[in-house]
Amino acid sequence: MSEKTLMRGTHVLGEAAIRAGCRAYFGYPITPQNELPEYMASAFARMDDAVFIQAESEIASINMVIGAAAAGARVMTSSSSPGISLKQEGISYLAAMELPAVIVNMMRGGPGLGNIAPAQGDYFQATRGGGHGDYRVIVFAPAYGQEIADMTRQAFDLADYYRIPVMILGDGMMGQMMEPVVFPEPIDPAKLPEKEWVVNGSKGRSSRIILSLWLDPPKEEELNWRLARKYSAITEVIPDQEMYLTDDAELVLVAYGTAARIAKGAVHRARESGMKVGLYRPKTLWPFPSKALAKLCDHVRHFMAFEMSTGQMVEDVRLAVEGRREVSFYGRPGGVVSTPEEVAAIVSSAYHGKAN
Amino acid sequence: MSLKIVFSGFGGQGVLMMGYVLAVAGMKEDKHVTFLPAYGAEVRGGTANCTVVVSDEEIASPIASSPEFVVAMNYPSMIKYQNMVKSSGTMFLNSDLITEAPAREDIKLVRVPVNTLAHDMGADRSLNMVMLGAVREVTDIVSGKSILTAIETVLAGKKQKLIDMNQKAVSVGADFIRGSK
Repeated sequence: MSEKTLMRGTHVLGEAAIRAGCRAYFGYPITPQNELPEYMASAFARMDDAVFIQAESEIASINMVIGAAAAGARVMTSSSSPGISLKQEGISYLAAMELPAVIVNMMRGGPGLGNIAPAQGDYFQATRGGGHGDYRVIVFAPAYGQEIADMTRQAFDLADYYRIPVMILGDGMMGQMMEPVVFPEPIDPAKLPEKEWVVNGSKGRSSRIILSLWLDPPKEEELNWRLARKYSAITEVIPDQEMYLTDDAELVLVAYGTAARIAKGAVHRARESGMKVGLYRPKTLWPFPSKALAKLCDHVRHFMAFEMSTGQMVEDVRLAVEGRREVSFYGRPGGVVSTPEEVAAIVSSAYHGKAN
Repeated sequence: MSLKIVFSGFGGQGVLMMGYVLAVAGMKEDKHVTFLPAYGAEVRGGTANCTVVVSDEEIASPIASSPEFVVAMNYPSMIKYQNMVKSSGTMFLNSDLITEAPAREDIKLVRVPVNTLAHDMGADRSLNMVMLGAVREVTDIVSGKSILTAIETVLAGKKQKLIDMNQKAVSVGADFIRGSK
């Protein structure tokens, strides 16, 4: 299907997952992502090789994900902030057992039960592992409907390739907004490379064991170093970003997801008033695209992180810039969505404050 | 060209459908479009609104803080959005439910009695498409033909009668504007 269709983000994600060969979905409802399980339930009901289960809880659903992943399925679960917190135990186990899975978080206002409006307060949780132990998950941050489709395909491929959980980090607005999308061709799950580690019955071969318990510290240390080597290999290959009008920029906004869309609107306004302002948009949050950002230090004098939080990604910006340039922050937490005008005004005062 | 339009009213008036059809029509013309519904703890009879952006270039923000056009299908929506409309922009009012005028001198007003027009054509529920027809006629964001095709796409699988009725409602709205010019 190369035809453009207008679909909401959650539905795009569901369709893209199915086209990527996802045949198992386990979840528990929570706003603002319910249209995703709804889509999976409806589509899987018409397929005879797929399973959809609305579990009794988030914890049950992430453990079902572990089971399906261990058996070799391309599997997905989704939730929103409070529900993702509940899933963290299972995500840590997935990491320990080196199992591939795709986890979707359509973030909402928090902490606690918070509200159901779009927010970005889960950046730390997503990019620093989230659960206990020394691990990371790959984190994609789509900002466009088309990118949701493309990143979902990538997420499943990378999860299998590296045997790692991959998170797609959106927010209420990315999930609800409709944009035209062209889907990639569906793949046949039967034609995917064979996974030589799955536990699918050992008849005719020696048994395989997938576990997350290594009582002997040197064994656990071995796992930790193996994971660390995997993470550094990923860090070399995966970081990705969009650079918009950064070539001559003196001030660069750094923002991801929905905030990046607003920031781009602010960049347009700033450019109209003659300010040399650009946008750096991380498309992967872990690994964070630090190198390309660091290079901008050659000519950019001021980086301004803009987030729908009180400031989380800004720490990764500071780590990339390493004190060479000024890094400031502007944010609106709690589900408040800024307007491009508002951000443009903040940018303008920062821009002129320094120039004069 | 980049035009932002907010559709607002109460739940049940087909407010989201109006925006959805317009966005599909824009997509059919290979324009960039975004459709952003307001979501929350929605209830029937509560407020409903959505924002559509139709543009020749990539759309940065799907949020319209100062839209060129606002459609208010009921009085609370007019109150809520009257100060948002861009200066020299246009506000479309459902004159069957709104007798007052917004407290603005710098915007154009288009009053359309959509409940009456829909009722007269025997399709009370098509009031949203009557308004969309009027909006298209005034704004020319997309062609009339694209709106009609979009209705077919959006209602694909439904009864032909329903598609015909919605398409007719669009022409009724457009005719009303032509007649009042």
